[in-house]
Amino acid sequence: MKSPLAGALALCVLVCLGVPAEAQIAIQIDRGRDDAKKIAVVPFGRGVNVPSSDEIAGIVSFDLARSGQFAPIARENMLSLPTRGQEVFFRDWKILGSEYLVIGSAQMMPSGNVEVTYELFDVLAERVMARERYTAPPSGIRDIAHLISDSIYEKITGIRGAFSTKLLYVLARNLGTKNVEFRLEMADADGARARTLVESKEPILSASWSPSGKHAVYVSFERGKPAIFMQEIASGTRTMLTDFPGLNSAPAFSPDGRRLVLVLSKDGNPEIYLMDVATRALTRMTRHHAIDTEPSFTPDGQSLVFTSDRGGKPQIYRMNIANGLTERLTFEGDYNARARMLPDGKHLVFVHRQNGVFHIALQDLTRDRVLVLTETALDESPSVAPNGTMLIYATQDRGRGILAAVSIDGSVKYRLPSSAGDVREPAWSPYLNTAAGTVSGSSR
Amino acid sequence: MTMQWGRVAPRDGVRRLLAMTVVAFALYGCKGAGTQEAPPAAPPEEAVVTTPGPSTDVQRYEDEFGNPLNPTTGMPLERVFYFEYDRAVLTPESLVALEAHAAHLRGSPEKRVMVEGHCDERGTREYNLALGERRGDAARTFLVSSGVSRSQIEVVSYGEERPVDPGHSESAWAQNRRAELIYR
Repeated sequence: MKSPLAGALALCVLVCLGVPAEAQIAIQIDRGRDDAKKIAVVPFGRGVNVPSSDEIAGIVSFDLARSGQFAPIARENMLSLPTRGQEVFFRDWKILGSEYLVIGSAQMMPSGNVEVTYELFDVLAERVMARERYTAPPSGIRDIAHLISDSIYEKITGIRGAFSTKLLYVLARNLGTKNVEFRLEMADADGARARTLVESKEPILSASWSPSGKHAVYVSFERGKPAIFMQEIASGTRTMLTDFPGLNSAPAFSPDGRRLVLVLSKDGNPEIYLMDVATRALTRMTRHHAIDTEPSFTPDGQSLVFTSDRGGKPQIYRMNIANGLTERLTFEGDYNARARMLPDGKHLVFVHRQNGVFHIALQDLTRDRVLVLTETALDESPSVAPNGTMLIYATQDRGRGILAAVSIDGSVKYRLPSSAGDVREPAWSPYLNTAAGTVSGSSR
Repeated sequence: MTMQWGRVAPRDGVRRLLAMTVVAFALYGCKGAGTQEAPPAAPPEEAVVTTPGPSTDVQRYEDEFGNPLNPTTGMPLERVFYFEYDRAVLTPESLVALEAHAAHLRGSPEKRVMVEGHCDERGTREYNLALGERRGDAARTFLVSSGVSRSQIEVVSYGEERPVDPGHSESAWAQNRRAELIYR
């Protein structure tokens, strides 16, 4: 069961941040781990003129709570509010049962940048685990907070944090009879700073990221039929990549960013093709009268996993790109589709129909074991965080399309509904260098 | 095999009534006795061509939207055909209705039709794009096998992206699993 403190703190964070009107995705934590580590993130000291709109301790607490592995101590329970090492009394934190303590402060620099320093303590051992300093323009304070979360997470769990990542998703707003507005949006992984990349009266789907995080590819019906577009996120510059008769769909980048895999039906039925991004040259990969679709690269770049109904119903297959050898991977259930491989190359997540209900499932490829991860229904489009700990997917809640996240072991769950419409088709970004561009960090 | 018209989509009802009313009025003129709830039983005053062939008067066979009419009854041809879950097979009733479209298209080689394929919301989006195309292709294959030139037909799949009923019930899903013929 989730820690009530984590939930209360999360709620407090949303309220304290004012749930900004433009942050349309508001995360609701459903479940954390029973053995979540208690951590106290004390409100950071704020020097003169430091903007108060992005509250660092709140962002860090929410990041850590959302991972399900931490239970932040509620602010109102804190006995003292140190901002510097010499102000810390470990007794105050042992009393609360907190294993870790984070304190820090933010100061304006003469350059106009903000400098943030923080310290992470092991409460029981009464020692400093980390002490770091970050600098950024005021617009980058959120980015600094997420980098601090990444650092704390990695120092304690040993796993690289994914809090500085972003999400792509499609928002569908029903404006009236047969009048739907579609938007491709990008937001921080915590739902903040949502912005529109493309807006259209025609459907948009299948968004995914380039490995550098600089481009998005997606399918748009703006020309009256599905076509594949690539868009540079920073500038908004768009290129149409394919517009063949029939389907142009399901684009995904290779791990080295040099190729795309995609689906075209120009040769008679949906087949999988590789496209060289620089030359646009196409290489056909499948030759089968069945539907072959939803391809993605394995992390080593050597194979494709894809959906095919060549056996009668949709199942997941893997093809070695060099020699074309294809093997079926899924054997449980009569509908398995839209697979994505985890970064470890040994696990697959996919949409799995069980008793007529569509869930997200995880398959251990080395042991052929299938685990259903979700209790929601009508699940689709799983996308894995770059550190492999969580995945995000689309589902329905009381008739509304929402996004939801679940940890790879199923123990952590949260939901991301939007007040603005139905959200769908999420894509979790790769690790990104900071969005602000000038955040620098150092440990000492 | 029972010969029946395909099921009428509810939203076609008003248009059908309007078309019938227009035809009935045109045929009976100021007599004003045309029934409005059933096709006219007596043959119209103009001669009716009973075998399909190149038409010199296309307006007689189309409504104002360019949709073909049944030459005998004057009713618009059914343009929406439904499918079972996970299937892309046209029902016998649909094939009968499509044959009338084939006749119209054979008779007017310059006419073009778009076939839209659609799915209900269940299942994955991209697989549904492909399944929708399969449904559109089923209609195209039948039309071509009935002698329509392939160049007159374009298939576009919308997958699950354009439902007619946004609901989440079996009846909504049944309405969405369809192929639609769109005449420009």
